[in-house]
Amino acid sequence: MSEILVKNGYVYDPKNGVNGDVMDIAIRDDKIVDKVSATAKVIDASGKVVMAGGIDIHAHVAGPKINSGRLMRPEDKLFHTSRRGKMTRSGGGFSVPSTFETGYLYSKMGYTQVNEAAMPPLLARHTHEEILDTPLIDQSAYTLLGNNWLVMEYIKNGDQDKLNAFIAWMLNATKGYCVKLVNPGGSEAWGWGLNCIQITDSVPYFDVTPLDIIKGLAEANEALKLPTSIHLHCNNLGHPGNYTTTLDTIKLLENVMPHNKELRDQVINFAHMQFHAYAGTTWKDFESGADKIADSINKNKNMTVDAGFVTLDETTTMTADGPLEYYLHNTNHLKWVNSDVELETASGVVPYVYSPKIHVCGIQWAIGLELALMIDDPMQIFITTDHPNAGPFRSYPKVISWLMSNQARLERLETLHKWVPDRVNIGGLSRVFDFYDIAKSTRAGPARALGLGDTKGHLGVGADADVAVLNYNPKTMDPTTDPIGIQKAFTNTACTIKGGDIVVLDGEVVSKGNKRTIWVNAMNGTMDPQVMHDIESKFLRFYSVTMNNYPVQDVYVRNSLEIKPEVVL
Amino acid sequence: MCTFATVLRSSQRWCCKMKKISLKPKEKEYLFLDADNITPDNFAGKTLEEIRATEIYEGNRTYALVDYFDVTGESDLDPSEIGIVIDGSVPKVKYIGMRMSAGKILVKGSVGSYVGGWMSGGWIKVNGDAGVYAGISMQGGELIIDGNAGDYLGANYRGDWRGMKGGKIVVGGNAGSDIGEFMLGGEIVVKGNVELQAGIHANGGKIIVEGDAESRVGAQMTKGEIVVLGKIGYWLPGFIYQKDDQLEYDGTMYNVKVYQGDRGDGGKGVLYYAGA
Repeated sequence: MSEILVKNGYVYDPKNGVNGDVMDIAIRDDKIVDKVSATAKVIDASGKVVMAGGIDIHAHVAGPKINSGRLMRPEDKLFHTSRRGKMTRSGGGFSVPSTFETGYLYSKMGYTQVNEAAMPPLLARHTHEEILDTPLIDQSAYTLLGNNWLVMEYIKNGDQDKLNAFIAWMLNATKGYCVKLVNPGGSEAWGWGLNCIQITDSVPYFDVTPLDIIKGLAEANEALKLPTSIHLHCNNLGHPGNYTTTLDTIKLLENVMPHNKELRDQVINFAHMQFHAYAGTTWKDFESGADKIADSINKNKNMTVDAGFVTLDETTTMTADGPLEYYLHNTNHLKWVNSDVELETASGVVPYVYSPKIHVCGIQWAIGLELALMIDDPMQIFITTDHPNAGPFRSYPKVISWLMSNQARLERLETLHKWVPDRVNIGGLSRVFDFYDIAKSTRAGPARALGLGDTKGHLGVGADADVAVLNYNPKTMDPTTDPIGIQKAFTNTACTIKGGDIVVLDGEVVSKGNKRTIWVNAMNGTMDPQVMHDIESKFLRFYSVTMNNYPVQDVYVRNSLEIKPEVVL
Repeated sequence: MCTFATVLRSSQRWCCKMKKISLKPKEKEYLFLDADNITPDNFAGKTLEEIRATEIYEGNRTYALVDYFDVTGESDLDPSEIGIVIDGSVPKVKYIGMRMSAGKILVKGSVGSYVGGWMSGGWIKVNGDAGVYAGISMQGGELIIDGNAGDYLGANYRGDWRGMKGGKIVVGGNAGSDIGEFMLGGEIVVKGNVELQAGIHANGGKIIVEGDAESRVGAQMTKGEIVVLGKIGYWLPGFIYQKDDQLEYDGTMYNVKVYQGDRGDGGKGVLYYAGA
């Protein structure tokens, strides 16, 4: 039995309404408890900020396309390597760091759970291998289902029950956490060299629309009582004027309610909304559409958003949105990976430089921040950079400093292209986040959206012992005028505790950790034989592997946290 | 008419007023040494003892500079006032002068690969041959190699689409393949011959080859200039004849044919060819 007492910190815990009160956090084994004995190890947090461990709801940190990014970008590692330490392995990479580096960097930033946002089912084994190789942090992976042939066939035929059963089987076979849709229909259309720009565009051959796919999968998600909602990367990503497509998509699920309001509020989480809030008609008259999206999200409390902030770094874009990556490659003419995953999805990888000198990049930077500042409730918008698409996760401290300081934002705005200030609204937004808002947006919010609000993202008794202690005194220092201090505090924590284990102390990794893979087992034992037959026939006719080699074996999810919803099929 | 010259900005001679640090190779067997710490920037403001303790790597093991070199002389606070003399041939020592911004390095012999890589200023002279990747991704300064240079002279780092941005490289002997790959600026002069694909993917900069070029000069180049005074062995079909012209190079006039390419990549690079 191990006991830790985090003493006298300024605690920010939105779920329990604690806003900067000086408190002790007692930890026994891997849980937060009421009190501990006098022999507990004491972490002195006086004059420091104490929060729950951070949760990244959307990042690309494991799997085949991350690996493609690493392979195609040796220059990304140049001058960004770290040597072997006492407790750490060597690693490297700026925008696509190696697995070990990923674990260390996240832990140093006070994060304890990171969710891989796009796992192609056929390559789930690879994704889980990399997850096992990423130390210190808990991870889950979102299974890509928005372009699956069987999904589209069931939706076309109106077989909702079969769809539900198939989704349950898929999550189990891939050891995934949730239903992820990336450019629904569009990535499959890319197999024909086409795309689905609007949600009413028909998918070639399958004769369904993105609209049908989104509604069908959202319904299946609620019928299976899954812990989190569907996560959607909308159609028409990254094109001027695409906010109308996004508003159409928002309308689809306006009146749908989650199966259990105690568990979570949302029926859909919009991924990297910054890329979907573009106004204008071409890149020349490109401008921010964040206000329209924010209005709509403010009205729809049954939806959440993760921001996808552009951090103005050189990075590597990677997504299952195949046609988008082709478009990007034609924009910057840099190296491009294009891939088709059999019956399931597509993907692409292209390096990208978000240059402050280019007006488009500057406007993108502003749109992300505008979304965060215009959406009233930080429990509805989460801090992400869609790592590494809009920026590498190592730039989160910069994003947090922009959110907490209007001065820092205005200073950055001045250095951007001269067109930017007229095309965006950020200059007039004086709202700043405080630590309580940051805790909502990076801890309590994502935890609740993932359906893990009981055990994650807060510091109440019974929660998992995931704690971050930040070197910042909110009583003597002022985040609104001290962006550098905020960046330092959020880059290297004074202490990060994951599952009751001190993993980072004074900015140094001090443990090998005790990482867990979180997945959802939505199978209730019986399986519709007709669905099983449909799956088998797909393997016999089309897949390059047999069905026996498809499901991820338990050995790939060692030390797992299996979540069982109450399934009613 | 076009004018080219090999005039170097700083003095080609060793300046005796500078503080000199001499590194004499010890007679010792080793595989290869990674010596990216041998730069005036890194030696500036250090005592001789501290310089002797400079980290140097053989494989994954770390050693001190003094394990491989006898170090004498004195340092200065200002790197531009420091001259490093490597008093012997060190063909297995890599990364000498990497990322240096000022000062001078003189190697009285040959060096290994990556000499002057990523350098942004200063001056390096190698009396012997240089290995591959000499002057890789250079941004400024001057690199003079009296002997031969290997492949990838003034090229990009693997995978990067931004190669040499500035500075000047002069090779007295021959150079290998793929020199000036992804070049964006600066100048490379090779007094002897080059092998394959000089200026491949170039998007700027100048390459002057006084001797022959074996083949495929300017493959997929989109901008930049290449001068070949000798013969080109195998031509790429993407280079289109534009006109006859005269070219003045180091005071001598040459009759040149001007080509544009590589049209295979929509390129507007210019190739001056005097070897017809």
